[in-house]
Amino acid sequence: MPEQQPPESAGTALADEMETTGLVADAFTVEVAGITAGVEPARKKRLGFGAWLAIVWLGGLILAAIIAPILPIAGPNETFTEIQRGQAPFSTINQPGGGTTTPFAEGHLLGGDRNGHDLLSRAIYGARNSLVVGFGAVGFGILLGGLLGLLAGFYRGKIDNVIVAFLDIMLAIPALVLALALTAVLRGRVPDLWILVIALGIISVPILGRITRANTLVWSEREFVTAARAQGAKNWRIMTREVLPNVLPAMFSIALLGVAVVIAAEAALRLLGIGLSITDPSWGGIINDGRDFLTQGITAHIVFVGSAFIFLTILSLNYLADVVRARFDVREAAI
Amino acid sequence: MIRRWRHDRADTTERFPTETLEGPLLEVRDVKTYFQTPRGVVHAVDGVSFSLDRGRTLGVVGESGSGKTVLSRSVMGLLPKKHVIREGSIKFEGREIGKASGDEMRHIWGSQMAMIFQDPMTSLNPVMKVGKQITESLLYHLDISRTYADELAEALLTSVGIPEAKRRLNEYPHQLSGGLRQRVMIAIALACGPKLLFADEPTTALDVTVQAQILDLLQDQQRERFMAMILVTHDLGVVAGRTDEIAVMYAGKIVEKAPTSVLFRNMKMPYTEALVRSIPKLADKSHTRLNVIPGRPPQLVNPAVGCRFAPRCPYAQDKCIQEEPPLRESDVPGHQFACWFPVGTPEGEDALARNRAAGVSAAVSADGEGAAPPTSSPPSEAGVT
Amino acid sequence: MDAIGTILAYLLMALIILGVLAVLALALGTRMGRRKLLQLVIVLLVVTFFSFSLIHLTPGDPARTQKPFATEEQLKPIREEIGLNEPFLVQYKNWLFDFVQGDFGKDYSTNLPVKDSISKQLGVSLQLIFYAQILALLFAIPLGILAAYKAGSWFDKIANALAFGAIAVPAFVFAFIFIFYLAVQGGWFPTQQYVAFGTDPAEHFKHMFLPALSLAIGQIAIYMRLLRSDMIQTLQEDFITMAKSKGLTNRRILWRHALRPSSFTLLTAAALNFGALISGAVVIEFVFQLPGMGLGLVTAVSTRQYSAVQAYVALIALAFVLFNAFVDGLYSVLDPRIRHARAATA
Repeated sequence: MPEQQPPESAGTALADEMETTGLVADAFTVEVAGITAGVEPARKKRLGFGAWLAIVWLGGLILAAIIAPILPIAGPNETFTEIQRGQAPFSTINQPGGGTTTPFAEGHLLGGDRNGHDLLSRAIYGARNSLVVGFGAVGFGILLGGLLGLLAGFYRGKIDNVIVAFLDIMLAIPALVLALALTAVLRGRVPDLWILVIALGIISVPILGRITRANTLVWSEREFVTAARAQGAKNWRIMTREVLPNVLPAMFSIALLGVAVVIAAEAALRLLGIGLSITDPSWGGIINDGRDFLTQGITAHIVFVGSAFIFLTILSLNYLADVVRARFDVREAAI
Repeated sequence: MIRRWRHDRADTTERFPTETLEGPLLEVRDVKTYFQTPRGVVHAVDGVSFSLDRGRTLGVVGESGSGKTVLSRSVMGLLPKKHVIREGSIKFEGREIGKASGDEMRHIWGSQMAMIFQDPMTSLNPVMKVGKQITESLLYHLDISRTYADELAEALLTSVGIPEAKRRLNEYPHQLSGGLRQRVMIAIALACGPKLLFADEPTTALDVTVQAQILDLLQDQQRERFMAMILVTHDLGVVAGRTDEIAVMYAGKIVEKAPTSVLFRNMKMPYTEALVRSIPKLADKSHTRLNVIPGRPPQLVNPAVGCRFAPRCPYAQDKCIQEEPPLRESDVPGHQFACWFPVGTPEGEDALARNRAAGVSAAVSADGEGAAPPTSSPPSEAGVT
Repeated sequence: MDAIGTILAYLLMALIILGVLAVLALALGTRMGRRKLLQLVIVLLVVTFFSFSLIHLTPGDPARTQKPFATEEQLKPIREEIGLNEPFLVQYKNWLFDFVQGDFGKDYSTNLPVKDSISKQLGVSLQLIFYAQILALLFAIPLGILAAYKAGSWFDKIANALAFGAIAVPAFVFAFIFIFYLAVQGGWFPTQQYVAFGTDPAEHFKHMFLPALSLAIGQIAIYMRLLRSDMIQTLQEDFITMAKSKGLTNRRILWRHALRPSSFTLLTAAALNFGALISGAVVIEFVFQLPGMGLGLVTAVSTRQYSAVQAYVALIALAFVLFNAFVDGLYSVLDPRIRHARAATA
């Protein structure tokens, strides 16, 4: 349905390109001056400070998640009485069963949660689940969506129509509603983590499918593809050797955004009480755990710690996606 | 209709008490417009002076990139503020407007000066009805009712030769043909009765068959309204019979300026000569090769010293690349040119003969491209006789 | 349902009917229209079919799942009601006929028809989404215009950076921040519950403000960036210089000349975001405990009321698809070029 493209939208990619380099005014003046030769926006060749920051955060997070058991942190389900009773320094209200240690307490950098767990440890072990779900689901989406998009863009015609219709239908149900419905029916059949990976993976299929198709359409028209065909290369070989490598940057850029979306969705599902079970730490779980304390005005830090991890991770992923897009000059699809 | 409309025009002028009827309508002194770009400062307009009397027409001619469009936009103050350096004095009816702010110019734009742009397809708002595009400036500048504005718009469309004007008012630009669109644009420009009209390549985007009609319309309207007009074009043929005076621009400067008849009869600048030669003539046999000017216009970042046309000039001598020729008067009143070795003078003929004999012009030899024939410095673009 | 909710529900229905009419009108004349109509019908069939088959994808006996502690005797009429004894496609046909007539099945945990709860919830959800969208556009359009107008300035840079950050924050995080600082600590807003407009208009808006704002902020950022980048393009167009040369004020040029040609991407995004808003509303309703369809769906999922889940998913998808069809039709109204192009190809 939403295929209708406004006539203006072409060229916005260029505008984005120019605005990031601050060249808008220059491009205009150059045009007026009647000079068109040899002016190209100075593309950044090196990664900027922001990109490095994003890489450091994501890299550190992934590393910490992998080596969590050997890090000098508490276990995720280890209970600390001083956290629970709120007797540690800098504790908040000393309510029975209510108070909990706030961040920057001795031994508990990020404070503790309602059950007396160390929040830093919960967040790092939570990263395991959040990242596995995020990358797993998008990996699923890349495999299925990428394949569909490649086939649709390469063969065109009937195959294209059918696949596009299929992707459109998947887009016809709002993502979280679809995820809710899928988790509802899958529950009890497979482990919770797999439910999330599959349910959230299916959501990312149409997005990745569309971007792959759009880029495949463009690249399949190129001379080297025609050349390969003239040399008698098989379709499959052309697709994987000639087209796919060129489509990958676009897929990669969207996949990074997809991971961000899935991480947020996982947290939302967890918040709704439908995702992972309570004992499995995840960022959404931390938020869910601190929800009551926040609304009761006892302390907000539990929710904010979980939120901060989600925010920084999504921010980093979005930023890197932008960098990839700018670098490989990826054109946005209609959606 | 038109009479009433003229009456309104008189009303608006009363808002400008500084107006004096003596002296030229527009006086431009040493205007410079530089653009700051990533590659350096572009000297798009580099010291241009001219003046224009009421009801007179001036043609500004030059290749693309010569700065003629930037000049007209500079004079009108339409360029963006950012990354643009503007210098010099622009006096309109004796009032300095070169440094005027957007708010001050707003009272002049539309009601005193108006502009017709090159491409009516992109210069009319695609999502606004034609009628509204005309009436909005009427309503803004004149204190009139909406219904009266509608009547005026219809009258304007009729006066620019659009049939079924009433129906056209309710149409969108894309529903009109190119010629009609340009007529609409002229109607918009004329709406508030400006005293000065800039026409920036008004026919370039149009079919050849319509070009003459539009130019005739412009000329008629200009005479009827006693309006001054600056006609900017790359085509000497367009301005030939239609302007009182012609200024030839090259690389941001006026290199020759003369009353139209004088310029064609008695040109002094080799560039003008080349331009005139490049007009295809009816007398030519078909498939005659066109006379092109060899080389390309110079880049305007850090322009070289000396005459900017020298690298492409068959007359060029050492002096031309060392020293910039000033704009000086010829023996005919109102004729100015900037050249050390003018066409049709003994010095000029001498220089040309010397270059022919040496098989090279000074500029070319200075570039180290030794043996190339003088008139075709980049050999690939030969074709000049 | 109270006044605003009812109005919105009717408005949505009107929009949906308009959308269908627009598509039909196109379908009558053009080949593209006929194709679109066919697409719409297929999408609707597949989406309803998917919603219907949810109940059969669930592990175990659907009747048993919905009423876990019932005896076999008690389950019999339920099976009858859901129609589990019929062949699969017949079941779908029956379900679809019931669905179209407004019979959405029964919630077996409360023994109430799903239709009753949905008719109460629909208004709340529509209000939330509507307010959020209004808030988002209200902020995003002036901000986007200003950022484009002052492209490259400090205002533009800061607005962009903030927008980039805001996009990375899930709506529920904003919700918690607002609840903690504005409701719990500040005490300016209530944290939870819903007050109908008819009961107390002032309280109604007070209760809806934080949920709507939480939902809106991310959209503000997205819309602003979209409008800005399109607007920068538009501001370089010749017709803008032309408008300037007419002596119009910058304000008029920006709002009357530049906004409409720059708003098509924004419009598409706002329409497509209807889906994102529905997703967001599910979580926001849950956080603020607003009795909307999102909360209803979550409750239905967690109490395993699959008949209700079917109805919710089908209804939401239906509204979403038809809404998109409506937006598609709206283009032709907004852009005369498309309108006439379509008429020309008729």
